[in-house]
Amino acid sequence: MFANLMAWIEKRLPLMDAMNKHAAQYPAPKNFNFWYVFGILASVVLVNQLLTGIWLTMNYEPSNEGAFASIEYIMRDVDYGWLLRYMHSTGASAFFVVVYMHMFRGMMYGSYQKPRELLWLFGMFIFLVLMAEAFMGYLLPWGNMSYWGAQVIISLFGAIPIIGDDLTLWIRGDYVISGATLNRFFALHVAALPLVLVILVFLHILALHEVGSNNPEGTDIKKPKGSVPLEEQSKFQFHEQYTKKYDIVDAIPFHPYYTVKDLVAIVIFLIIFCWVMFFAPEGGGYFMEAPNFEPANGLKTPEHIAPVWYFGPFYTVLRVIPDKLLGAIGMFSAIIVLFLLPWFDRGTVKSIKYRCTAHTVNLMQFAICFIALGALGTMPATPINNMIGTIATFGYFGFFVALWIYSKNEKTKPVPERVSG
Amino acid sequence: MKKLIRAFTFGIFALVPLFVLASSGGMHLDKAGNDLADKESLKRGFDSYVSYCLGCHQLQYQRYNRTFTDLGISEEEGLAKYLTNGQKPGEHILNTMPAKDAAKWFGSAPPDLTLMARLKPGPDYIYTYLRSFYIDPERPFGVNNKVFKDVGMPHVLQGLQGIRTLDEHGNLTEAKGGSMTTEEYDAFSRDLANFLEYTAEPNKLEREAMGYWVIGFLFIFLIFAYLLKVEYWRDVH
Amino acid sequence: MSNAPVNNGRRRFLTAATSVVGGVGVVGLAVPFIGSWNPSARAKAAGAPVEVNVSKIEPGQLIRAEWRGKPVYVVRRTEEVLAALAALDDQLKDPESTEPQQPVYATNAYRSIKPEFMVALGVCTHLGCAPTYYKGNFEEQVEGVADGFYCPCHGSKFDMAGRVFQSVPAPTNLVVPEHSFPSAGTLLIGVGPDASTGDA
Repeated sequence: MFANLMAWIEKRLPLMDAMNKHAAQYPAPKNFNFWYVFGILASVVLVNQLLTGIWLTMNYEPSNEGAFASIEYIMRDVDYGWLLRYMHSTGASAFFVVVYMHMFRGMMYGSYQKPRELLWLFGMFIFLVLMAEAFMGYLLPWGNMSYWGAQVIISLFGAIPIIGDDLTLWIRGDYVISGATLNRFFALHVAALPLVLVILVFLHILALHEVGSNNPEGTDIKKPKGSVPLEEQSKFQFHEQYTKKYDIVDAIPFHPYYTVKDLVAIVIFLIIFCWVMFFAPEGGGYFMEAPNFEPANGLKTPEHIAPVWYFGPFYTVLRVIPDKLLGAIGMFSAIIVLFLLPWFDRGTVKSIKYRCTAHTVNLMQFAICFIALGALGTMPATPINNMIGTIATFGYFGFFVALWIYSKNEKTKPVPERVSG
Repeated sequence: MKKLIRAFTFGIFALVPLFVLASSGGMHLDKAGNDLADKESLKRGFDSYVSYCLGCHQLQYQRYNRTFTDLGISEEEGLAKYLTNGQKPGEHILNTMPAKDAAKWFGSAPPDLTLMARLKPGPDYIYTYLRSFYIDPERPFGVNNKVFKDVGMPHVLQGLQGIRTLDEHGNLTEAKGGSMTTEEYDAFSRDLANFLEYTAEPNKLEREAMGYWVIGFLFIFLIFAYLLKVEYWRDVH
Repeated sequence: MSNAPVNNGRRRFLTAATSVVGGVGVVGLAVPFIGSWNPSARAKAAGAPVEVNVSKIEPGQLIRAEWRGKPVYVVRRTEEVLAALAALDDQLKDPESTEPQQPVYATNAYRSIKPEFMVALGVCTHLGCAPTYYKGNFEEQVEGVADGFYCPCHGSKFDMAGRVFQSVPAPTNLVVPEHSFPSAGTLLIGVGPDASTGDA
C-alpha cells in the first residue's frame, strides 16, 4: 500500500530520485576537513533565523511609537519570547561567523576557481543579501544604536554625486530616519530579502551539485569515463547522473557519511551557540550594543557609534579614506573585489597546499588584515587606529593585486592525481 | 596545513588585546558585588526604589505582579504595600509625573530606569553612580557626579548619604554625614543596583538555569552523534 | 558496491539511539515556539478580574460589563422573575444545568451565587452573537413568558437564568463566568468565591 503510493508519487514527481541525486548517491570527496562544516552550519543558522524571525513578527510592532516597547514586550511578557529573541540576535552574529569561515575556506582551497566561478558568485550574492538583511534587521529593535547606525549607513548614499541627497531622502521616505523607514525596512527584512536569500541558497546548492565539491587537495574526484580501473574507483554506488559520464574516485555518498559527520559538527556548533546565547547573549557588547537599550532618539547620538562587528571590516575601509565619496567607493570596492576573486586568480592549482609560498603569505596577511579591519571598525577612530586601518586596507586590496600578478606564472608544487590515504 | 592553522590562530590571538582595549571604557567602577538570587536584597532594593526613585523614574516595561512573583512577595502584601493608588497588579510600574513638566523642571525628562543596568555598564555602574555625588555649586542642583559628568539630577539620597566634596586628586571626602553610615549606604546602593539589574532582564536567572540543561543535553547528544559517526566511517577508512 | 548500511546491531542501535535523543531535542526546541502562543502577561493583565458596582442597578435592569473582551450581562432579577423561572422547566433543553456551563457554586436553580443577580456571558452558545434582553415583552418570542433573551442572529432563546429553550439552534445554556461578591455591592468577574481565577 505504502510502496504503491510512493511509486505513484515517484512517477509524477521523482522525489526519491532527487534525494538520491543530492544526498544518498551524491559523490562527496572523502577528505573534507574541519573547514568544510561551515556550509551546513550556515544552513542551520538560516533555518534558525527564518523560524525565530517568523515567531518574532508575531509580537513585533513596526512603528515609531511601538517598536522598542514591543521588543521589551517580547522579552518580558511573551512566554519564551526572550529565548526566541536571543536565538535570533545570537543567530545574526553566528551567521556571519560561519559565513566568513565558509568564505575563507573557499579562498584557501581555491573553491572559486574554474569551474566553480558561478558557485562563488551565488555565494557572494548570498553574502551581499545577508548584509542587507542584517543591516535592515538591526534597525528593527529601534534602539538608539539601531537608529544612528542606520543614519550613518544611509548617509553613505549621500556621497554619490548629483543624486545622493535625493537618494537618501528616498531611502528614508522622510527627512530623518522615521517610522516610514522602519516600516519599509521591516517589510524587506521579513519578507522580500529572506525570499531572495532562500532562492539564492537553493541556486548555490544546485550550482554546487552540478560541478561537485572541491576538497582540501584541490583534486578532481570525477575522472573521464573509462580512465580509471574498476578496482580503483570508489566502492560506493553513486547516482547514474554522475557515473554515466565519469569514473568516480576518492568519494563517498553524502548520506549517510557526511550527514552523520555534519551532525557532530552541528552539535558542537550548537553547544558554542547555546553557551553564548544563554550565558552571554550580549556577546560582550558586540552582539547587542549597550546604547540599543534605550529607544531611538533623533536628538541624541550615542557617544561612540560603531557598526555591529560583522560590518567592521568594510566600515573601517570607509573610515580610513579621508573623502566621503572615495570612502564609499572604497567600501563597496572591498565587496566587489571579492566578487571578482575568480578572475583575479589566474592560477590553475586550487589548494593552498600546492601553491607557491607567496600565496600562503598573501592569504595569511589578507586574513590578518581582514580581522584587524573588523576589530578597528568597532573602535573609536583615533589617529593610531586610522594608521593601522590604512595599512590593513592596503593589505586587503593588495591581496587581490598581488594574487593577480603572481598567479600568472606561479611556481606550484605538483598536485597529486588522487587523494592519498 | 597545520602551519597554516597555527599562523591563522596566532593572527587571531594577536588581535585579542585590541578587542579588550576597545571594550574597556576607561571609567573606573566599584564592584557592586550584588547577587540576583538574593531575594531579600531585591526586595529591599524594590522598597528603596519605590520610596526614593519612582517619583521621577518609571519602570515602564516592568509589571507589578511579575515583580511580586519574582521577588517572592505575596499578592496580599503587594496589594497592601505597593498598589496603594488603586493600580491593578498587572500594571506597569509607572509614576504620575507629567513628562512635559519634568522636562521643564530638570532640563530633560528623567529617564526610564527599567533597562538602565543594560544601557550603562551593569549594576557596578549604578552602584558607583549612587555613591559618587559631590558638591558642585556651579550645577543647578548644587551637585555633580563623578561617573556621570554634569548630571541633571539632584542628589535625592543626600539625606541618607550626607554631603561629600571632590578634591583635585579626584577623591571624594565626606563633609557632612547622613542618616546612614557609609557601610549602610553602600548596602543600600548595592540593593538598588541589584534590583535594577533584575528589572533590566527579569529572565536572567531563568535563562542561565535553562542554559545548563540545554548544554548538558547537547553534550549527551554529542556522545551519540559522535559514536554514530565513528561507526559509519568505518566503511570509509 | 552498495550504500546499504552494514546490517549490524551496533549500527542499528546507534542510529536509533541518536534519533531518539535528537527527537527529544526537537521536541524541546518546539517548546518555546509553541509556548509563545500562550496568552502573554499583557493579555493576562488585560484579562484580569473586573470589578462591577452592582449596588446601583435597578430591579429588572441589565448592565453590560466587559471581561476578557466579552460582554458580561448582569441583571438584577425581581422576585417575580425568579418565581417564574421554575415554571419553564419543561420548555428548556437543560433546566437542571447538567452541562458544565457554569461554576459548581452557580449550579443551582437560579444559576447564580445570589439569586438576585444573574451573571452570564452575553455570548450566544450557538455562534457567538450577543442576545438581546427582552424586558417584559418576551411574549413576542415565547408565549406566556414575560422576560428573556433572544438572539437576533438565529433566533435562539434563553430564560432569565440564561437557560436555553427547546427547538432553537443554541445547544447549551449561556455561560456563567467565575464570579464572586467580595462585598455586598461589588461583583468581581473572573474570580470565584474560593479565589480560583478560572485560568485552569
